[in-house]
Amino acid sequence: MADIVLDKVTKSYPDGTVAVHGIDLEIADGEFIILVGPSGCGKSTTLNMIAGLEDITSGELRIGGQRVNDKAPKDRDIAMVFQSYALYPNMTVRENMAFPLKLAKLDKATINQKVEEAARVLELTDYLDRKPANLSGGQRQRVAMGRAIVRSPKAFLMDEPLSNLDAKLRVQMRTQVSRLQKQLGTTTVYVTHDQTEAMTLGDRVVVMRGGHIQQVGDPQTLYDNPVNLFVAGFIGSPAMNFLPAAVEDSMLRTPLGDLPLGDRMKRTLGAGDAPRQLIVGIRPEHFEDAKLIDEAQRAKGFEFTAPVDLVESMGSDKYVYFTVEGEHAAAADLEDLAADAGGADLPPQDSLVTRLSAESRVRDGADARVWLNLDKIHLFDPRDGKNITLHEGRAAGVAAS
Amino acid sequence: MATATTSAKVKWGFLDAVVVVFALIPVLWIASLSFKTTPTLTDGNFIPRDWTLDNYKLIFQTDQFVRALINSIGIALIATAIAVVLGTMAAYAISRLDFPGKSLLVGVSLLIAMFPQVSLVTPLFNIERNIGLFDTWLGLILPYITFALPLAIYTLSAFFKQIPWDLEKAAKMDGATQGEAFRKVIAPLAAPGVFTTAILVFIFCWNDFLFAISLTSTERSRTVPAALSFFTGASQFEDPTGAISAAAVVITIPIILFVLFFQRRIVAGLTSGAVKG
Repeated sequence: MADIVLDKVTKSYPDGTVAVHGIDLEIADGEFIILVGPSGCGKSTTLNMIAGLEDITSGELRIGGQRVNDKAPKDRDIAMVFQSYALYPNMTVRENMAFPLKLAKLDKATINQKVEEAARVLELTDYLDRKPANLSGGQRQRVAMGRAIVRSPKAFLMDEPLSNLDAKLRVQMRTQVSRLQKQLGTTTVYVTHDQTEAMTLGDRVVVMRGGHIQQVGDPQTLYDNPVNLFVAGFIGSPAMNFLPAAVEDSMLRTPLGDLPLGDRMKRTLGAGDAPRQLIVGIRPEHFEDAKLIDEAQRAKGFEFTAPVDLVESMGSDKYVYFTVEGEHAAAADLEDLAADAGGADLPPQDSLVTRLSAESRVRDGADARVWLNLDKIHLFDPRDGKNITLHEGRAAGVAAS
Repeated sequence: MATATTSAKVKWGFLDAVVVVFALIPVLWIASLSFKTTPTLTDGNFIPRDWTLDNYKLIFQTDQFVRALINSIGIALIATAIAVVLGTMAAYAISRLDFPGKSLLVGVSLLIAMFPQVSLVTPLFNIERNIGLFDTWLGLILPYITFALPLAIYTLSAFFKQIPWDLEKAAKMDGATQGEAFRKVIAPLAAPGVFTTAILVFIFCWNDFLFAISLTSTERSRTVPAALSFFTGASQFEDPTGAISAAAVVITIPIILFVLFFQRRIVAGLTSGAVKG
């Protein structure tokens, strides 16, 4: 058990590329922290530096208050679960799990007892004498976890441990990992590129991009108050809708219509260096079928009519796709998001994804009247991607006075 | 469907048969010759009319052959052991580490493998005579290692590259030192590669004729392939073909044993299950 502190940790390679740019991060004892980001964002490099598998170019890494920059992995007392599981194929499950204990020169009885204990927790007791080749993906994954937990290390590092499992098993294992971590209370650093895993597992989530930390916070904070376009687009599924907007006559001109601006936004946008072109970000669930909105709420929002492209009924609610005419929102952040494999989550540029109540009677091909919540809209500066609706760290929408 | 499968089976069966026959006929011919008596040697029958074991008795009676067999086994085993140990270390470094001069090392070892051995025989002959290595075991072991090493390095580095690097990282995370990670995790997994390489190198050393005939002059270090060429019949007017054939059959046996012995260790897919796949 220990806290992990990264103090301006940088990784650069001899050829000059910098994978991680001086990141600062404090991971509390017992915390479950997720590093998430598209491929190449430096999350795995960061994890490998914590593990000691890669050297730290500059900065300091402290585990349990002790500087460990120059310590070999074996002297850091941390365990790691690999994406590929990295089970020793020539050893049985029992030998795999006993391996770290044997290296630690524990006596046989203790090793046996610890392995049996871990196997019981992970429901592997029946498979102890099998070779990894004769196990299913989920079982292999559990053996990899077992090898990590047997020696009760100071911290667990997990490098996309679930990404090789099929979708259904991944959801099951996600719950199991979460429960296991709560049960053991061991500091855990978990790397993933899957934002759903990040949101569901972590006490706190670190969103990374290009070797920089974009935002650190609990999942709800990241979802509700993203600091920039990248975090806004990366977190959430289906992803946030982005539309171009321009400030004209104290109104926000968007492809959906002219949105009213509250006093505070007017002041912000009135400043000399304020951008004229903006990007509006609206989450799918902040739309609603206008027919289902009561009068009190109607006043807080904005209504528009758009042709329905497609209706997907999920039972609990409906995903309705609208066609939006006009230009597309453009920014470097959005291109990054689209380039990432997670770009599959992003809606096609000329359609608007909305999540309406199941009671909505909206039909394919017809026009529909849609309401959107102005309090939940984000405005981004396309030049640097910053969220300009954030007020004291909280998103306040565009209508706030 | 069924007919397609049958015709495919017939087709493949025929092809297999052609290959097997093509490969085995010369071997069986030699075996057949070794059992023939001298007068019937040239009768052209595939199955000997007149069976005899005299040829085998003859070669084991001559000191020449027994001594050469001992030389062959000793030289090939020593050269194989050294080449495999050095090759394992070099291949591990090549597949795992990034060090200055790595591509040069790989290039040079490839160059050696390509080098025509014939062009080296004369200089080697002179060098070995001058430094007293001529007609000694060491005088053969050294060039064998030189030419076996590129082979060993290439085969082994291919095997090492197949072993997921994550395993080594995992071992380190589990508390192993670099040495322990190699000994306890990597080496057992590389075993099939090591055995395959050992067989290839052993066959290379065992079969060599060029160096064996050029760098030896007496029974002291002459290996079997070279000794065969010095065979004579019972008298100098007798045709030694029968004896040579018998010797050829005898020296094939160690190779077959060697391969059969190690074959069980060369189990494909020993690494399966380590990682997803």
